[in-house]
Amino acid sequence: MRFWRRRRALVCRQAVALMADYLDGRLAPRDLQRLEHHLAACPHCSEYLAQLRATIDALGHAEPEALTDEALDELVGLYRRWRAEA
Amino acid sequence: MSAAIALAFRSVDDDVELVERLRAGDESAFVALVSLYQPRMLRLAEATVGSRAVAEEVTQDTWLAVVRGVERFEGRSSLKTWLFRILLNRARSAAGREQRAGRPDESIVEDRFDKSGAWASPPEPWADQIDDRLLAEHLATRVQELLPDLPDSQRRVVVLRDLEGLPPGEVAGMIGVSDGNQRVLLHRGRARLRQLLAADMGEGAR
Repeated sequence: MRFWRRRRALVCRQAVALMADYLDGRLAPRDLQRLEHHLAACPHCSEYLAQLRATIDALGHAEPEALTDEALDELVGLYRRWRAEA
Repeated sequence: MSAAIALAFRSVDDDVELVERLRAGDESAFVALVSLYQPRMLRLAEATVGSRAVAEEVTQDTWLAVVRGVERFEGRSSLKTWLFRILLNRARSAAGREQRAGRPDESIVEDRFDKSGAWASPPEPWADQIDDRLLAEHLATRVQELLPDLPDSQRRVVVLRDLEGLPPGEVAGMIGVSDGNQRVLLHRGRARLRQLLAADMGEGAR
C-alpha cells in the first residue's frame, strides 16, 4: 500500500516533464491532479512553471523583422518576371 | 497599421478575397500578401534552414510556388497555414541541397535534479528581481535575440507554436513529426530559452 502511494506522488523531474502538456491543457485527469497536487506543495516547480509561462508570453510578443522596401521591390520584380514567363 | 496588427484583425474572407485577386493576376494582391506574410515566412524559413541567405531563397521559391499553385488553395486551412506548409516543403529540399551539418540536437535539457528527482539547484525567483512590467518588456526583447541559439529543430517548433500560435496537432503535421516529438522539441526549446533568460538575469551557471 505504501509502495502504491509513493508511486503516485510526483518528483520535481516528473512534474517538469508534464508541464508542456499541462500548458496545452492536454493532461489526462489523473496526471493533472498529480501535477496540481505537486505544484501546491513545491515552490520551486511553481516558480519554474511561472518562468516558463513568462517565457512563452514573451515569445508571443516577439514581432518578426519588418519587411524592407528593397525586399518588397525585389519580390514584386520577381512576380512581374514570373507573370511575363507564364 | 503594422503588419502584425493587420494580421490579427484579418478574417478568412479577407484571405479568400486576396487569393481570388491573385488568381486574377492582380499585382496589388501579391503586394498585400507579401506585406502581410513575408516577415513571418522569413522568420520561419530562417528557423528551419538556419541561414539568412538560404531562408531568403526559400521564401522566394515559396512565393513562386504560391503564384503558380494559387488554384490549389481551397480555403480548407487558413492561408497562413497553407503558406507555411509550402514553405516548409521548400525549406526541406533547400536544407537537403545545402547538406548542412546542422547543429546537434542534444541541447542541454535542464538537468538540475538530484538522484531522487528533486531540484538540485532550484530556479531563482524572477519577479523579485525587477518590477513585473519591466521584466515582461525585458523578456520580450531578449527572447527574440536568444531564439537563434536554439537548435533548428527546436526553434522551428517554438516559432510555429509560441510565436505563430498554431495548435500542436497542426504543427506536428506540418513538420512531419509525431505529436510526442513535437511536445519534446517544444519543451526543450522553451526550457532552453528559460535557462538562457535566467542566466541573463544573473541566476548564474548551473
